[in-house]
Amino acid sequence: METPLTGNIRPDREPPSLKEYEKSGGYRALARVVSGLAPAEVTAIVKDSTLMGRGGAGFPTGLKWSFVPMGVDAPPGPRYLVANADEMEPGTFKDRVLMEGDPHQLVEGMIISAYAIQATTAFIFLRADYDLAEKRLKRAVAEAYEAGYLGKNIMRSAYSLEMYVHVSAGRYICGEETALLNSLEGKRAIPRARPPFPQVSGLFGKPTVVDNVETLCNVPHILANGAEWYKSLSLTAIGGTKMYGVSGRVNRPGWWELPMGTTVREIVEVHAGGMRPGYALRGLLPGGASTDFLVEQHLDTPMDFTSIPKVGSRMGTGTMIILDGKTCPVAFVLNLLKFFAHESCGWCTPCREGLPWVARIVKAIEEGQGEARDLSVLEEHCVALAPGRTFCALAPGAVEPLQSALKYFREDFERHIKERGCPWRAA
Amino acid sequence: MLSDTERQEIDSEIRHAPAKSAVAIDALKIVQRERGWISGDAIKDIARHLEMTPDELDGVATFYNRIFRKPVGRHVIEVCDSISCWVMGSDSIKDILARRLGVGEGGTTPDGRFTLLPVDCLGACHRAPAAVVDGELHGELDEAKLDEMLGELRAKEP
Repeated sequence: METPLTGNIRPDREPPSLKEYEKSGGYRALARVVSGLAPAEVTAIVKDSTLMGRGGAGFPTGLKWSFVPMGVDAPPGPRYLVANADEMEPGTFKDRVLMEGDPHQLVEGMIISAYAIQATTAFIFLRADYDLAEKRLKRAVAEAYEAGYLGKNIMRSAYSLEMYVHVSAGRYICGEETALLNSLEGKRAIPRARPPFPQVSGLFGKPTVVDNVETLCNVPHILANGAEWYKSLSLTAIGGTKMYGVSGRVNRPGWWELPMGTTVREIVEVHAGGMRPGYALRGLLPGGASTDFLVEQHLDTPMDFTSIPKVGSRMGTGTMIILDGKTCPVAFVLNLLKFFAHESCGWCTPCREGLPWVARIVKAIEEGQGEARDLSVLEEHCVALAPGRTFCALAPGAVEPLQSALKYFREDFERHIKERGCPWRAA
Repeated sequence: MLSDTERQEIDSEIRHAPAKSAVAIDALKIVQRERGWISGDAIKDIARHLEMTPDELDGVATFYNRIFRKPVGRHVIEVCDSISCWVMGSDSIKDILARRLGVGEGGTTPDGRFTLLPVDCLGACHRAPAAVVDGELHGELDEAKLDEMLGELRAKEP
């Protein structure tokens, strides 16, 4: 089984130095690109590879790049590539692994991607508190400059690129790409209206592509080995491997690079070693806090962009959070809702007012103060905060685990109301 | 007044930015690193340097979780209380720390040494429960590990 993304990663050791990265084949894809491929050819190869964005939305990467005006359509002045390294989706830690473990892989992926859209400047938008990743990325960027992979006339080609690491001051909404752009401009991270899309008018009003870290890390391997090879890594129609992760009461919480389409069951039972003794699996969020619950009957579903939606959720970031049988599902959902209410940017009313309201109701139920009608108020909010009703995807994401909890764990909500308290606390 | 170090660092950010105000967040972080927190005077100093109004800059400063508009301790103990850490017992981690330090959530010890700050997901879910102190990640926390961590922090500045 091939693991192109994590082949160089040794969690207990320093990441590969520039020399070691080069020895493992690093920067060869970049050399091939800048010496012999036109930007449109790079985009075409990435399109053929079926690479889809790994930040959660799963948008086809090559297609995203192709929306950047090129040639005679291109506006004058700078254009930007941004690595979205604002990994703040609760339950998600995959990009940390990639950045700490093999920083040059991300840097090379960014240079190639920047070349494809002819970006003049690239930013790594790194979340707060990833201090080790920050240190290692800054060193990798400095090494890449020294070796002539960044700066003027990269590898003696006509292409030049500057790269900077921006460390955020911490806010979940920065992961939303247009909010991220506002933050990079030094503003409050409020999402922007679309259109115009960032590819046309993004950072400082210039053409901009924002791609997730894991997405960008795939790019050098696609260019080095080709689209057909990349597709062959996957068990499904969408190519590549995927960084999967599991947290919660399993025997071996962790991350694994596996073929795209590995089943939920294999990830939980084989790689994570199954549930800890005394704990049963009650449900799981497949791809971070903003995805709908899956339960026992869904375990044989392949973890990919098309199969998980068929059973009512999303693959999201691919890092699962387990709800075990000794944890109160109502309190679990309350924890998620408090997070989202706190992280609402405040720009649009339904999200700013709706999420704290929902959180207060769930808190009341959890503490034994709930009323029977509260459940219908919660259900109304799942509709009122659905996609299209709010300015961005934060609130719709927040109600995904709520709506599915009301479906799968309804009796738990009802018991809290009927028994005027939390059965788990009483136990 | 910005110190020479602060001004130089902010200016080096401005050099590759299309507008001075674009480095607002970097500038706030630079000054916070030097002073521990961002006072009203710091807002005015930075705003003047970036040709922004103080209100405009304060709007940015108050938006971000890691810009402190109140004084904090010399070591901010950031305890993750998002979902994976909560499942794995972050409530008891917070309780233990609150007892050891004698402060509540968001509180600072009277000697100005520690602030206990619950934070959103630290991206260390496979190592839950987790905390970050002075840029260092501590995972698989339990009572013994917390005591060891506090002991080391206290030893740094007796």
